[in-house]
Amino acid sequence: MRKYLLKRVFYMILTLFLVATITFFLMKLMPGTPYSNQQKMTAQQIQIMNEQYGLNKPMWMQYLIYLGGMLHGDLGVSFQFSNQPVSYLIASRIGASAQLGIQAMIFGVVLGIVIGSIAAVNKNTWIDTLCTILSIIGKSVPNFVLAVLLQFYIALKLGWFPIADWGGFSYTVLPTIALGVGPLAETARFIRTGMVDVLNSDYIELAKAKGMSRYGIVWHHALRNSLIPLVTLIGPYTVALMTGSMVIENIFSIPGIGEQFVKSILTNDYPTIMGVTMLFSAGLVAVILLTDIIYGIIDPRIRLSGSGD
Amino acid sequence: MEEKLKLGPENFEALPKAEELDNEKIAAPSLTFVQDAWRRLKMNKGALISFIIIVLMIIISFGSTPFINHDSLVKSAPKYANLPAKIPGVPINGLNGKLKVSGEWVDEYKQNNVPDNKYFVLGTDYLGHSLAERIIYGTKISLIVALVATFFDLTLGVAYGIVSGWRGGRVDNVMQRIIEIISSIPSLVIVVLMLIVLKPGMTSIIAAIAISSWTTMARMIRAETLQLKSQEYVLAARTLGESPWKIAWKHLVPNLSSIIIIQTMYTIPTAIFFEAFLSFIGIGISAPQTSLGVLLNDGQKNFQFLPYQMWYPAIVLCVLMIAFNLLGDGLRDAFDPKTRR
Repeated sequence: MRKYLLKRVFYMILTLFLVATITFFLMKLMPGTPYSNQQKMTAQQIQIMNEQYGLNKPMWMQYLIYLGGMLHGDLGVSFQFSNQPVSYLIASRIGASAQLGIQAMIFGVVLGIVIGSIAAVNKNTWIDTLCTILSIIGKSVPNFVLAVLLQFYIALKLGWFPIADWGGFSYTVLPTIALGVGPLAETARFIRTGMVDVLNSDYIELAKAKGMSRYGIVWHHALRNSLIPLVTLIGPYTVALMTGSMVIENIFSIPGIGEQFVKSILTNDYPTIMGVTMLFSAGLVAVILLTDIIYGIIDPRIRLSGSGD
Repeated sequence: MEEKLKLGPENFEALPKAEELDNEKIAAPSLTFVQDAWRRLKMNKGALISFIIIVLMIIISFGSTPFINHDSLVKSAPKYANLPAKIPGVPINGLNGKLKVSGEWVDEYKQNNVPDNKYFVLGTDYLGHSLAERIIYGTKISLIVALVATFFDLTLGVAYGIVSGWRGGRVDNVMQRIIEIISSIPSLVIVVLMLIVLKPGMTSIIAAIAISSWTTMARMIRAETLQLKSQEYVLAARTLGESPWKIAWKHLVPNLSSIIIIQTMYTIPTAIFFEAFLSFIGIGISAPQTSLGVLLNDGQKNFQFLPYQMWYPAIVLCVLMIAFNLLGDGLRDAFDPKTRR
């Protein structure tokens, strides 16, 4: 177990190192300079600016400084957002994004489990068909389309929730729904397939023969056993939520990481792009590692050290 | 003690000839793998309708290439800007050139002095472009992206998976670690990096898809190849001295075909969504080109007053996604009846 963990952490660090290196050199490969009107600047001004940002040093030294800074959380200074350190920008915005992501995950997974179980228990009835249609639609309708529709019809027309901005819980409801529908549909399909499988197995027959109630069977036997494979979906969900947050936060103007990422892409704010890129990669790598560990703990049938070979 | 039975030919009776043949008769016609899958797919109504919709969309969008090209996309006609849909002979509000303005249906075509014989089936956008033309062009972009993703899935993904599974050992180990690293970088990050190096547009989207889309396929193909490798017929082919290339092509690929088809059908909707998403936030396709994502973004700005500008592209995009998802499910059931429940 320990050997496996060490190996995984090593690969994790290797991945992040590669991402950092690739990002850094791609930035340096770009044509042009960071200064918007270099023609008007004197040679002395450029020299002073270069010294200030450390751009006069050789490339390898800049690279080492960049890597060294990253080790203690220094991601450089933003070109755009009034020269604030990138780490500060991220820290001040991560709360909203994290809250939204966690809420959407809980909303999607819990409701998905409920819908999936209902579909599996009522297999091949109209309830099952309805749930299947809903999950196909949920999977197919892009979350940004849904977000705009929710914003217009529920917030503007009906006035049930605030249209945009970030305040109390009521501000989070619509973005959470828009963001969570994707995971919801995926979970429902997954749980339905898994539970239909479990419901056909021998121990369910035994439980039925013992005279257990229908809900007892679903709750005690079927659900628990079909939940385990769901853990493997946490990684893909995290990616979906990160991607989704960019566009949902923009539509609902929520001050989060995703919204800032889009802004920094559109304004060529390279240090911020690099910072958020590293944050996203680190987040995903950590989530993948965590899910593998959790999977090994809750389902002892899976050998961690094996890894397929 | 032992009584011998005296049996002569006269004790036996010949069975009628026809009955004899019937016993050996095969009731169903023999079907190849593809025919069998097609037969099962035809029984699935949703998948069949989806298949027809996709074929129609492909024909319309690619067939439109001579009529809707770069020239017709740049040409704007501000005098026809923001006209709602008008189909002659359809007296339904919203499709007859009328638009709801502060609660009342107003004939926009009359108000803007549009000639009687001029009409736009799906209305126009803020520059007077025909929305129908733009949607067809956008659908073409989505389908091209789908095609590119499929291409990389089929070439890179399948080849990588087979080589990794077939060679095994150290080669496999290294190849799997590479996949692990690629797939732990969010594809969004890859796109952004591509956007920084190349300029926003089709090239960077395709590059990003080329890098990130094939890893799942490669993993599944590898796992299946590992199993197929130990099958008797592969062993026989090896013993007879068949070259690995020929084994891969003649024995592995045909047996992997169901996985390949199913996995491709899952890659396509993801790729279409990805393009629409990038264009929607403004880092994908850019003017004068257009795509469903760009149209959605434009339409969203005026949604309160000109809802049709967002609804039409949204409906087309959703129909496209639903069709591919349903067809994917149908193909999975058709090629792999074991998973069907």
